Amino acid sequence: MIPQEALKKTKREFRPDPANAPTEDMHEKVLELEAKGEWIVHRVPEPYIELDTKYGRKKKLPLQHTWHHKSCGQCGHIPGYSTSIFWLHRQLGMEYNDPTDQTSCTAWNYYASATSNAAAQAAVAMRNFAAAYESGYFPQIHCATSYGHYKEVREEMVHHPELRARVREIMAKMGKPLVMPEEIVHYSEWVYAVRHEIAKRQVLDLSSIIVTVHPACHYYKLVQEDAIYDPDVYGGQRTAVVTAVAQALGAKVADYSTWFDCCGFGFRHILVQRDFSRSFAVQRKIEVMRDEANPDVTLTHDTGCVTTLDKSQFAPNAHVDPEKRKAAIPVLSEAQFAALAMGAHPYRVCQLHWHAADYRPLLEKMGIDWKEAWREFEDDLEQLRKDPKASLTWEDADKGRQVHASHGGH
Amino acid sequence: MSIKTYTSVDKYADVPYEGKERLFLEVKNDPRYKDYLFGCYECGICVAVCPSARFYDFSPRKITQGLAREDINLFYEHLNDSVWDCSQCFSCLKCPRGNNPGGLITIMREVSVRNGLTSAKQALEGYTRIIYKIMSTGTQVSPDMIRPEAFPDWGPTAEETADNLELWRRAMPPETMHTTSASWEVSEKTLTELYLIWHLTGVMDMIKTLNESLYMILVDVMEEKLEESGYKA
Repeated sequence: MIPQEALKKTKREFRPDPANAPTEDMHEKVLELEAKGEWIVHRVPEPYIELDTKYGRKKKLPLQHTWHHKSCGQCGHIPGYSTSIFWLHRQLGMEYNDPTDQTSCTAWNYYASATSNAAAQAAVAMRNFAAAYESGYFPQIHCATSYGHYKEVREEMVHHPELRARVREIMAKMGKPLVMPEEIVHYSEWVYAVRHEIAKRQVLDLSSIIVTVHPACHYYKLVQEDAIYDPDVYGGQRTAVVTAVAQALGAKVADYSTWFDCCGFGFRHILVQRDFSRSFAVQRKIEVMRDEANPDVTLTHDTGCVTTLDKSQFAPNAHVDPEKRKAAIPVLSEAQFAALAMGAHPYRVCQLHWHAADYRPLLEKMGIDWKEAWREFEDDLEQLRKDPKASLTWEDADKGRQVHASHGGH
Repeated sequence: MSIKTYTSVDKYADVPYEGKERLFLEVKNDPRYKDYLFGCYECGICVAVCPSARFYDFSPRKITQGLAREDINLFYEHLNDSVWDCSQCFSCLKCPRGNNPGGLITIMREVSVRNGLTSAKQALEGYTRIIYKIMSTGTQVSPDMIRPEAFPDWGPTAEETADNLELWRRAMPPETMHTTSASWEVSEKTLTELYLIWHLTGVMDMIKTLNESLYMILVDVMEEKLEESGYKA
């Protein structure tokens, strides 16, 4: 393994210059096509802020009036991830829409099995974008694969008029316009944008927490443009999301030599061929993090990455002498971590009982009484058992917690 | 002194060349092909960054080279023996030529599925329940898929989740997520629109070629809803 310090020894400076960017400006192409009557561009609503992307171009980040494009794996298997994203919006008073008029992006299946094609994938994307447009809310995408795939679809739709025509025809059959959002926005960009607002509402001291960050391949490698880069974070050499949030919350971000490696999710592999996924996740990510950084938690910003890194740590214990078994590294999204920092309930909001790698030592180190929190949650469960139609509400989620007052989303 | 001419080893010599060439041309004629392949100078960066290359006998470089050289026999070998090892992470977009080996593999996989290659059917044999889930419910996975018999390597959480599923799904605030057979509540109208997309874009034909039983089940689920909504697929 290349020593970390050797990786950092360089006198080269990278100054992004949009005038010399190696990629075309998708914003210009999208607006040109609108001017030609090819589609409607769904404009980013105010309030928004402008962020820097990889080559120095600006990206408009809407702060509220967002339509939440949910993630299958998050909502299905790690529901605390989605719940935390909504909770953060509510705590910050940022209005949002959680729609039922939303399908999966279907990209997980597409990358897993190719039982689809470019037209179907584009039509699914554009149907979701049209649904957002019709609702009056701007899409904010929860999954990094959805985000990367939609950037891929945007490139294909811009460059292939025959694909545009085909998808327009399909949308017309549903009575939907052909709509392209002005920006394709990932939720982690929103968390990055509001990180200082989150820090203002922080109730826990995280200065003793060591964090490693795992960035999602589909966020910053798949269509590299648009990902957020910040000269104050890694000198603008690596994407800034997640890391900047951990830093804003006062945690120590530790580096490790396989930062750029994939987690090993594999799309089909994680479901039906997991020997690859867990071998890669453990040997190239978890063990390296542990040996080089010894973190209390690893944070990431994608469904597949949380799933792979969290679920892959159990089976390798079979290879290790129980006496020598090292503690697991808990895996959270930065949204869950930020929510905990603000006083969110670890079970009602962050839903940590769905996670496999032991998170309890982390909670203890963060000063969270997880035993009391679990007792409270078990009381909730007891109430829910008595009434099969009842469910936990947002008001229930903050009962007895030291958090700022909630505002509505819907 | 004689000079040996390099020729690729033809592992599938029994397969007619014309058949292999037809499949190659189907890949090459995909509209995205020219966006994904600009020529490969064999630097190997794609292999260095590739997670699959560490665990399988897999090389995005060789696949891209084979396509760039239009080596039909090598292409066919990769189509059958290699493409399903790719983890579709797109780390290979590090390519200094701007090639997209992962994207080329996506096209190859589509061609493989569309043509009903045995290697595709074998690769996807254990995966059909996932295809059924995404195509029929509108979400890729669902809470009720977490079963200890399906994910024994995920540890005791899988069993605990399965045992408490219905209750735990009500014990979370987002109203759209009180579901067990889908990841969130997808409206009937939305689902019908999704079915229309599968029919109009030829995806149902791909499914029929891949797995006729799966196709019949999906058609049963979809056509009723489409007819009720007055859509003609």
